[in-house]
Amino acid sequence: MSLGTTMKSSIGAKALMAITGIILVLFVIGHMVGNLQVFLGPDALNQYAHTLQSLGPILWIIRLVLLTTLVAHIWSAAVVVRMSVAARPVDYQKRKDLTTGFAARTMLVSGIVVALFIVYHVLHFTTGTIDMAESYGQMLPDGGGHDVYKMVIEGFQHPLTTIVYCLATVVLCLHLSHGISSLMQTLGFRNDSNAARIDKVGPVLAIIILIGNLSMPIAALTGLIK
Amino acid sequence: MRITLHVWRQKNSTDTGGMKEYTVDGVSEDMSFLEMLDLVNENLINEGKEPIAFDHDCREGICGTCSLMINGIAHGPDAAITTCQLHMRSFKDGDAIHIEPWRSLAFPVVRDLVVDRSSFDRIVQAGGYVSINAGAAQDANCLPIPKPDSDTSMDAAACIGCGACVASCPNGSAMLFVSAKIGHLAHLPQGQPERYKRARDMVAQMDAEGFGACSNHYECEAVCPKEIPVKFIAKMNRDFFKATMCSES
Repeated sequence: MSLGTTMKSSIGAKALMAITGIILVLFVIGHMVGNLQVFLGPDALNQYAHTLQSLGPILWIIRLVLLTTLVAHIWSAAVVVRMSVAARPVDYQKRKDLTTGFAARTMLVSGIVVALFIVYHVLHFTTGTIDMAESYGQMLPDGGGHDVYKMVIEGFQHPLTTIVYCLATVVLCLHLSHGISSLMQTLGFRNDSNAARIDKVGPVLAIIILIGNLSMPIAALTGLIK
Repeated sequence: MRITLHVWRQKNSTDTGGMKEYTVDGVSEDMSFLEMLDLVNENLINEGKEPIAFDHDCREGICGTCSLMINGIAHGPDAAITTCQLHMRSFKDGDAIHIEPWRSLAFPVVRDLVVDRSSFDRIVQAGGYVSINAGAAQDANCLPIPKPDSDTSMDAAACIGCGACVASCPNGSAMLFVSAKIGHLAHLPQGQPERYKRARDMVAQMDAEGFGACSNHYECEAVCPKEIPVKFIAKMNRDFFKATMCSES
């Protein structure tokens, strides 16, 4: 069986979604931990940003891998959604859910919102195309790269921007709370002895990521970090 | 008891169909759900009207023929039973009950509440068997199988193929059924030689029939009259990965 045929099968598409999901979750965690250095002050964050910038071609390889992963994640979602929509041409007049939750039922919507937010986030902080403060691209006087710290603080001074970030973070939390637990079942790790733990790990990790990611825009907007 | 029914009526597979309302008096709480429908049909026949078509056979919860979506739940509100084992004591006088057929592309409606589930047969035909001659029943302990394996195998083999998993799944996925049929053989020595080919072929047939993909809502496990757990889906996925990545045949 070729890899292409496998990936288009119901289980193969889900496996691709799960594996790309793991990579994306690891990125989300790494991205958050890196950014939390904003609480350590300007030097720590600027140093971290400078290290990333000086990776040169390696940075572009990482970006390319992440973009490919994201495209594969979305493609597999499209395969799965198309199969599922086609599987029930006539819907029930009445159908009651017994076990599934809000997060699981809204994976498609939360996924689309997160995808749109990624576009906005890149245009905002990476390219500085929209809503950017004047300090975007400003260099540090000592030649240590961009003044990322100042850019972040100023970027979150607009309440509307901060609200968009907070809402997107909540939606990401919803997406991950089902996604993380779900991918472990899809990849065949869930069994009788670990089922309860696996069902908890998604929501718990998602809430940790929610708190970490919410703390930065809120701290900047409220002046907790300046 | 007096019950109001909203029942899906559809003349044949090409008819568009629709919900019809019926009121039935004199329902005893000791009646099974199907006996209540028998009463409705008796009244309809006496009035010279077409009775409601619904699937049923053993009426003792073991054959998997009855198949009704009752108030939006496959096999009705009580856990771990088929429709025939649901009794009217689970309802109150004056209740309104919605009855619909299983909804799935792979389960076309034949008439009213009767659906064609032969897609399940075709999935089993694709590999849900052992091709070796297993012979007559052997002496006890002639073929040693560890107790946990035989227990797990029996848990999966409890599947009666009713289709409630498909009916209740938000995605119309048949993975609980297919994983049970793969799982009961995967835990027995007789099932080993064709284990991975079986997983690959049955999943391919499942996809070809037009069932949806699993997104781990676990609604199937909640309605399964035989309480087959979703761990069999995880096991099936593992076998499918090995089959597609490692198997040569």
